[in-house]
Amino acid sequence: MRKVAVQTTLNGEPVEFLCEPRQSLLEVLRDVLNLTGTKEGCLTGDCGACSVLFDGRVVCSCLVLGVEAQGAQIQTVEGLAHGNELSVLQRKFLEHAALQCGICTPGFLIAAKALLDHNLNPSESEVRYALAGNLCRCTGYDKIVRAVMDAAKEMREREAYG
Amino acid sequence: MGSHTTESSFRVIGTRPIRHDGVEKVTGRAKYGADYYVAGMLHGKVLRSPHAHARIKSIDFSRALALPGVKAVVTGKDLPEGENKTVPLGEMTVNPRYLGQNILARDKVLYYGHAVAAVAAISPHIAEQALELIEVDYEVLPPVLSVEQAMAEGAPILHPDLRNEELGDVPTNVAKHVVLTRGDVEAGFREAHFIVEREFRTSMVHQGYIEPHNALAIYNADGKATIYCSTQGPFEVRGMSAAVLGLPVGSIKVVPAEIGGGFGGKTTVYLEPLALLLAMKTGQPVKMVMTRSEVLRATGPTSGSLIRVKMGCTKEGKITAAKIWMAYEAGAFPGSPVGAATMTVLAPYAIPNVQIDGYDVVVNKPKTAAYRAPGATNAAFAAETVIDELAELCGIDPLDIRILNGAREGTPHPAGPPYRRIGFIETCEAIKASEHYRSNLEGPNRGRGVASGFWFNAGMQSAAVVNIHLDGTASVVTGSPDIGGTRAACAMIAAEVLGLNVEDVRPVVTDTDSIGHTDVTGGSRVTFATGMAVFRAAEDALAQLKERAAKLWECKVEEVEFRDGKFYCKTNNATPLSVSELAKRLPRLGGPVTGRATVNARGVGPSFATCCIDVEVDPETGRVQILRCTVAQDAGRAIHPAYVEGQMQGGTAQGIGWALNEEYIYDSDGHLMNSTLLDYRMPTCPDLPMIETIIVEVPNPGHPLGVRGVGEVSIVPPPAAIANAVYRAVGVRMTELPMSPARLWKAIAQKESTRSGLGRAQHG
Repeated sequence: MRKVAVQTTLNGEPVEFLCEPRQSLLEVLRDVLNLTGTKEGCLTGDCGACSVLFDGRVVCSCLVLGVEAQGAQIQTVEGLAHGNELSVLQRKFLEHAALQCGICTPGFLIAAKALLDHNLNPSESEVRYALAGNLCRCTGYDKIVRAVMDAAKEMREREAYG
Repeated sequence: MGSHTTESSFRVIGTRPIRHDGVEKVTGRAKYGADYYVAGMLHGKVLRSPHAHARIKSIDFSRALALPGVKAVVTGKDLPEGENKTVPLGEMTVNPRYLGQNILARDKVLYYGHAVAAVAAISPHIAEQALELIEVDYEVLPPVLSVEQAMAEGAPILHPDLRNEELGDVPTNVAKHVVLTRGDVEAGFREAHFIVEREFRTSMVHQGYIEPHNALAIYNADGKATIYCSTQGPFEVRGMSAAVLGLPVGSIKVVPAEIGGGFGGKTTVYLEPLALLLAMKTGQPVKMVMTRSEVLRATGPTSGSLIRVKMGCTKEGKITAAKIWMAYEAGAFPGSPVGAATMTVLAPYAIPNVQIDGYDVVVNKPKTAAYRAPGATNAAFAAETVIDELAELCGIDPLDIRILNGAREGTPHPAGPPYRRIGFIETCEAIKASEHYRSNLEGPNRGRGVASGFWFNAGMQSAAVVNIHLDGTASVVTGSPDIGGTRAACAMIAAEVLGLNVEDVRPVVTDTDSIGHTDVTGGSRVTFATGMAVFRAAEDALAQLKERAAKLWECKVEEVEFRDGKFYCKTNNATPLSVSELAKRLPRLGGPVTGRATVNARGVGPSFATCCIDVEVDPETGRVQILRCTVAQDAGRAIHPAYVEGQMQGGTAQGIGWALNEEYIYDSDGHLMNSTLLDYRMPTCPDLPMIETIIVEVPNPGHPLGVRGVGEVSIVPPPAAIANAVYRAVGVRMTELPMSPARLWKAIAQKESTRSGLGRAQHG
């Protein structure tokens, strides 16, 4: 199958790749660009393990074609930390023991970032609904919700005190 | 989070450090099985049966093989037939013939999704295309889809050669009948004032790990193989792959990747031998990853079951007799957890007269695999509901009937010797004393239920090595894949013994060539057994360090004392040395220090959990909302309390899913109708409340640190606790899992119509 050249912005950097029209964005990220932080759980958009930000919105990258990334801004788990400084969300996930096996963690971090990007003061219920598209089988979500709420709190305080 | 803690003189144990593998897991750097890529790698895909039960008349894969990019096709004929006998393999026993036939069907397909052929090609898409070109001629046979159907006279037989000891030389679908008896059950019922008898049903449910099965196999011209995969048991993958392929065990090295959940489901093999077979056939590395639909159709769910319970008690609530009949679906090959079910179902109680019959029954569904406290949850759903009913008849608190009949130190376990110190009563007392249980639950259609559970926990074999580095830091090497924070627990144990900061101990999970045989991450055994090996390996390293200090100080080793992280000489005034100060002198004191230990761990301490759940039922739709949930569990000793809570919360969440939504739905031809995560409905974040935990610590006398193991038992109580809560909310006893909206709505409607029917009768 003839490949297509796609120009996109990935974690803030311009990236060009070749992909078959049938390849999903998830497949491109993992198999073409070696960004294996984004995980495959179902390929039907039900588990959220492959969540990435596409122009700031959470999408299941298994349901997006690689060619659709043309001209878009894509953000993956690999782009969350600033160099060796973890993002607040990443740090809170560690502090709250919000992961066990860790396979769903990249997707949860992306979905939580999408929430906190526009709502720094979410209620528990808002957090739970913002994460409804991500399945975790290990934690019962308790510590994940606590980590996201605590991250929001720290980010609010940081914003308030500069 | 509450905690019933015993006295603690620990420095590291009981604290909550950041897990060592954490940063890699929040940055996407951690490598799971599907994240491995090697040069020249092919991609394997599996053709699966569209029928639940059929004879394979012929397979023609010539067109598939002719497709450009396809490198090999294999079928069941490419596997050695394997011996039809049970061989021990670590925790479990394995029948090599059945194992091989599950990996690739030979003469018959026995379930929808059963593997029939596998293809290796240069891309996964080409491999998929090739599957469509394989022609299989099936003779479709009638499927057997329930234990009743399978046990009925004249039932279609899955395995013509299957026999059980009881029936003798007669073909059967019943692989095994196990019996547990104590006392005189009929005499016990005569002593009873109240007797409750009910029948319960549960459906197959899947472990539901988010990471699909995967394997990457490399086979070299010298006959040596390497398999990278996500597994709970790298040594089991090695042993089973060798058994299925007829290879020497030592020719295979298994490298355990990070594992994206297992819950028992990754203790066996599906893709690993297939990838290796294709690699042997092509001379190229082969990678295979299952789709979610394949995971649901063809990897181990746990058994559906039919359970009949009859239990009697005195007016005061003392249980006098229990008679239980249970049949568990093994799936396509023998081996359901019915044995464990018989031994766990009454394990929390001291009941003088007991008769339990368990049947292991093959049906045309996927071969079951272990799932968190295998067998216990189905059985506890039945027994714990009946106990709730007895408490109601006696007019006593459901926790009090459990405490009244509860097993204590010295109570004989139904299948074994008396218990040593256990913490069952303590879990009941902890719930009873909780703010949750003492709070009032108000409002219509709301109810509160409690239930308890038991799990054995496991010991088995583990090895550990502790290396002291020249800067006084250390590494801890084990062979136990880390599913839920056990690396951190192992590092904490070593740090405790060696007086180090936990950040200065690096835990490593290594491959099968680099550590002694270590049984599966399963049976809640890693912190217990591998932890015991780590404890002893650290003690071994410490003993060697003392010898080096003695050499340095030219004193006897008995004169060296280690306290608060420093070595002291009791007989001269040498300046005390920390581990790091001594470590940098090691090159001149005899060289490196490596502590090592292996265990075949005895002293297993069982775990108990008691759970309290508040629900609200919507009578219009039958939907159950969990309002509040508290679980108390005896951890023995919580090494890393945050990950102990995590196990309790995760197990409880799985139990809630099992109770309310999860089930394998089959059509009458045996096709699984819900093989996606949209239709196989696991709990999502908005489905659950916070899950409150009470860690009970009744130290296990059989472990140097008191550890029992915490991974499994929390899944056991929720289905019964929810059924009991639903009863209090809307007055119906639910006897089938899951208590899905449709089922509960129907039960409520039935109750209403009976009531209005009665009303008419009375008025007429």
